[in-house]
Amino acid sequence: MEGLLPDLDIIRKDFPILARTVADGQPLVYLDSANTSQKPQVVIDTMVDHLERHNANIARAMHTLGAESTEAFEAARDKVAAFIGAPEREGVVFTKNITEALNLLSNTFAWAEGDLRVGPGDEIVITEMEHHSNIVPWQLLTERTGATLRWFGLTDDGRLDLSDIDELINERTKVVSLTWVSNMLGTVNPVREIADKAHAVGAVVIVDAAQAVPQLPVDVIASGADFLGFTGHKAVGPTGIGVLWGKPELLNALPPFHGGGEMIETVTMERSTYAKAPHRFEAGTPPIVEAVGLGAAVDYLGHLGMEAVHAHEQAITGYALEGLASVAGLTVLGPLDAASRGGAISFELAGVHPHDVAQVLDSRGVAIRAGHHCAKPAHARFGVQASCRMSSYLYTTPGEIDALVDALEYTRSYFRLG
Amino acid sequence: MSTELDALYQEIILDHYKNPHHKGLRDPFEAEVHHVNPTCGDEVTLRVHLSDGPDGQLVEDVSYDALGCSISQASASVLTDLVIGKPVADAMEIHQEFLTLMQGKGTVEPDEETLEDGIAFAGVAKFPARVKCALLSWMAWKDATAQALETTGGKV
Repeated sequence: MEGLLPDLDIIRKDFPILARTVADGQPLVYLDSANTSQKPQVVIDTMVDHLERHNANIARAMHTLGAESTEAFEAARDKVAAFIGAPEREGVVFTKNITEALNLLSNTFAWAEGDLRVGPGDEIVITEMEHHSNIVPWQLLTERTGATLRWFGLTDDGRLDLSDIDELINERTKVVSLTWVSNMLGTVNPVREIADKAHAVGAVVIVDAAQAVPQLPVDVIASGADFLGFTGHKAVGPTGIGVLWGKPELLNALPPFHGGGEMIETVTMERSTYAKAPHRFEAGTPPIVEAVGLGAAVDYLGHLGMEAVHAHEQAITGYALEGLASVAGLTVLGPLDAASRGGAISFELAGVHPHDVAQVLDSRGVAIRAGHHCAKPAHARFGVQASCRMSSYLYTTPGEIDALVDALEYTRSYFRLG
Repeated sequence: MSTELDALYQEIILDHYKNPHHKGLRDPFEAEVHHVNPTCGDEVTLRVHLSDGPDGQLVEDVSYDALGCSISQASASVLTDLVIGKPVADAMEIHQEFLTLMQGKGTVEPDEETLEDGIAFAGVAKFPARVKCALLSWMAWKDATAQALETTGGKV
């Protein structure tokens, strides 16, 4: 098959968990990577090594270990900056995950002075295919400030309906926040085109790149984003660490989110002054070892090459779409051509509820997700309450897609669907 | 194939799933509740109608509209079979027994005398992720019945 990563067998050996068996000795077929990816040995080892040899708090301990730990943490920031094409390391803020990154922005926009402040009469534009983490923070913001929340609808084939873009993005628009790659529909959105429209009316653009950074070559400047967030654990890194990238001048125009240690310049009992980004937004001891692990993760992806990872994802997605189309009664939600989508494919199997599909698949060692995938509005748009979702990644083989299709056929026979 | 899977998807459960009993929303009713399982999105709207019996109130009718997996649908169907026509006090005891079975992690031996088709859910108790599916309508029923008792001022 064209496009697969060369030496896929060797790459799979980097991920110890893929050698596991489940459900009475069957090989694990892990197709839930949009939920969280598996971790290569180098990430695990880097984190263990840090804990075993370099553990200390950062930026304050005047001893050898403190210096080593600080260096490892800040080196991770450099690696992330290089990986996403951020021109300045100061633009890379470590957060808990992208949910925290989006909440950081939605809260500080309410508190900001000047151009970035969101208040009554302002409009925030999102889309109907957002993850709940890019919907609820904006609902909270607009409810609290008297601003208005608006959104792009979706076409029947699961793309953004841009027909009313000139009305939606107007002189009242303050923020446009959208996902680059849908976690449910797989759709890859025309982020740059929308960003240009938003900038023309003076709005800032926030890109949820949680599903994009793991799969696509990402250049934050070329994307047109003013802020872009992602989460480490979907990109072969650990949980507990995410990234908010922002243009430094914009980050420094926002007030602090959390107050505490490390985010200050000076503190008196009456008032404090605050550090500049990124430390302005990193109050308290950060997830140090997780950041170090994320540094190893982006190094790993960088060695494979994101163009190659993307080509692999496209090849597997195309093969999966073909395989799924062969299963009677199966309907894919979202675009049907691999070229315009990412590696998460949601589908329904007529006559069997998604939870039951996932349960039967699990008995065959095949791990998928079932439910609303934290995208209830997108499900409601297509009149479904829940769906099954398979999501591949750089370690997925065509043989695993075959195993999924076999297991779906088995599910049909188990529920006696002819 | 998988005996664990067969333990989960008992014939009885699949039968109730395909042909649910007492499904649909009916009048009259004293209380209606809407419960969701936020992690998976399963939903149930359930109504309870009570009447006066010789020994306290009776569960005259339980009607429901539910969206969800085979386990949650079958469980609602079995619930209605077990509680409709029973004194509220007896129905609450059945509820408690079903709850004990579901929370027993597969160690509780179900009593067929009390739980009838409900014993088929013994296998579900071994799948922690599915226990909530089985309990969705039962929790909704308990909530609705408590509300109905308040509105009727009836005692159990």
